[in-house]
Amino acid sequence: MRLLIVEDDPVLSDGLRVGLGLSGFTADAVGTLADARAALRDSDFAGVVLDVMLPDGLGTTLLAEMRAAGQTLPVLLLTARDRVRDRVEGLDAGADDHLGKPFDLDELAARLRAMLRRHQGRARPLLHWNGIDLDPAALTATRDGAALRLSRREFAILHALVDQPGRILSRAQLEERLYGWQEDVESNTVEVHVHHLRAKLGRDVIQTVRGVGYRVAGAA
Amino acid sequence: MSIRLRLIVVLTLVTGVLWMSAVLWIAGSTRAQVERVLDARLAESANMVSSLISDQRIAVEAEGPVRVPMPATTDLSRQLSCQIWSLRGDLIGASQGAPDARMALTEGFSTTVIDGVPWRVYAVRNQQLGVRVMVGDRVDMRDGLVAGVVSGLLWPAAVLFPLLAGLIWLSVGRGLAPLAQLEAALRARRPDDLRPLPDARDPREIRPVRRALNRLFQQLDQIRRTERDFTAFAAHELKTPLAGLRIQAQVARRATDAATRDRALDAIAVSVDRSDRMVRQLLELAAIDHESAPSGPLDPAALIAEIVQEAQAQASAAQVRLVVRAGPLDLIHAPRVLMHSALRNLVENAIQHSPPGGQVTVSASRGASGLCLAVTDQGPGIAPEDRHRVTRRFWRGRAATGQGSGLGLAIVAAAVAHLGARLDLDAPDGGQTVRITLPVPSQRS
Repeated sequence: MRLLIVEDDPVLSDGLRVGLGLSGFTADAVGTLADARAALRDSDFAGVVLDVMLPDGLGTTLLAEMRAAGQTLPVLLLTARDRVRDRVEGLDAGADDHLGKPFDLDELAARLRAMLRRHQGRARPLLHWNGIDLDPAALTATRDGAALRLSRREFAILHALVDQPGRILSRAQLEERLYGWQEDVESNTVEVHVHHLRAKLGRDVIQTVRGVGYRVAGAA
Repeated sequence: MSIRLRLIVVLTLVTGVLWMSAVLWIAGSTRAQVERVLDARLAESANMVSSLISDQRIAVEAEGPVRVPMPATTDLSRQLSCQIWSLRGDLIGASQGAPDARMALTEGFSTTVIDGVPWRVYAVRNQQLGVRVMVGDRVDMRDGLVAGVVSGLLWPAAVLFPLLAGLIWLSVGRGLAPLAQLEAALRARRPDDLRPLPDARDPREIRPVRRALNRLFQQLDQIRRTERDFTAFAAHELKTPLAGLRIQAQVARRATDAATRDRALDAIAVSVDRSDRMVRQLLELAAIDHESAPSGPLDPAALIAEIVQEAQAQASAAQVRLVVRAGPLDLIHAPRVLMHSALRNLVENAIQHSPPGGQVTVSASRGASGLCLAVTDQGPGIAPEDRHRVTRRFWRGRAATGQGSGLGLAIVAAAVAHLGARLDLDAPDGGQTVRITLPVPSQRS
């Protein structure tokens, strides 16, 4: 799950990027509204973590712009003043959730997972597909009750495919989910991870659609 | 003393004095009128008696006084007395109630005191009979007449005066009603309600008061808004580093590799330093805002040397060279705390915005407009469109390094304002110069 972090404080921004990475997300960070607009225009994100006070304006302004443009991308607001009025203002501006600073990394990750889940119209936190269970919170996977040992990247690819069974994801889309801007992507990494996944799950689990990308079978 | 009471006292006193003057004036003119009329009557009566005795209608006997019948219809008339004296000096006749003593020695009008009672007398000589006819009335009777007129004026006054006072009370109350309404409107306000007073059809005298109040409300509202903004910013600026600390701590605990953990720990150290600086600056700002700094003799060169020394560690860490260009300067008389705050924050700011290997120059000179302290860096400079807001609290430039609190120049501006000095921002070719010009009245030591 690739997230955009809009936070101008370098220490917090860095902590969010690394911490959310440790929690199974891929996160990119920008520090201004202008950069956030550019990032949202150019890349595909599953959600946004948005600070309210930014050097060039209010996060809620960006939020209102997004909502006015019909973007339903889920947004979690980070607020410094965690008063009822601030929370109400944030939610009314179109935020899906909010968290007052300072916050716990685990709570942020859990709220983000819940937010993304709701956005996809799922209520259950676990994903099931053909006997495979994925727990995005714990980053663990089981097949028929037996634990699968997956790396973080492998889990992320499986998560992305199982999330919408039948949908074909291109290599570029998968790469985008896996890597932030600051990470170097080797040309064949997605293939390598898919190869490892097939070795662990069986050849036919992930189908290659030649020239397009990968998918898992549509029957859930 | 309330306006109402004051108005009532003034109005009542003025009305009373006017009334009394009117009464005195009327009393005076009445007296003159009464004198004239009564004198005419005296003369007329005397002439009439004289002609009656000439016609022999009243016998004047030589032996003794006769009764002169006087018409006795009113009190006033009864007090009219008549004497007839022979030219030799014998009393020939007198009216009833007339005094025994001779009422007049001369002819015409005269005033005589008989038995302690003053009389007004008119005497006429009847040459034919060789007598003098004298007709007189008592002066106190005349006074009584005037007193009657005056008391006729005073009694209604005594009754009407309280009535008038009551009317004044009521009309003053009515006249002051707009004030009372304004007062009620103000009293009914919640303390945090700083909206302008609603427009009402005020009398012209109240309008300036309402306008002044509205202006005051507006200023207060502005101050409160600024304070609220400040609180919001402060909350954000203080809680964000805390959030950073907490999350970096969690990253450090959870990191599986040493590099990630070390980065997180470094970030924590940086964040603690920044938070420390932020708290220090907030306290500094509060001190500048709320405390009065004592003035004293100050050596600008020594102050610069001291600040350069304090900032040396920061400069070394940022690989910035600090250069001082200042000759020996005269002592100035200024609050040391403010001068130190202003210059220290300027230098720190300049170092923060300097590229590694850059140079920060602190210069001081004495010019026509006063003492000029300038700090120049080789950083990106302040964009012209941002110049008006760099001194806002918590404002950070778009090219912010992320180290600043957004308070440095706000502190400088606050200190400069308290010093009565001027703050100028120039961007020479590359870099930024911030100049403080402190007016120095005359050479003082």
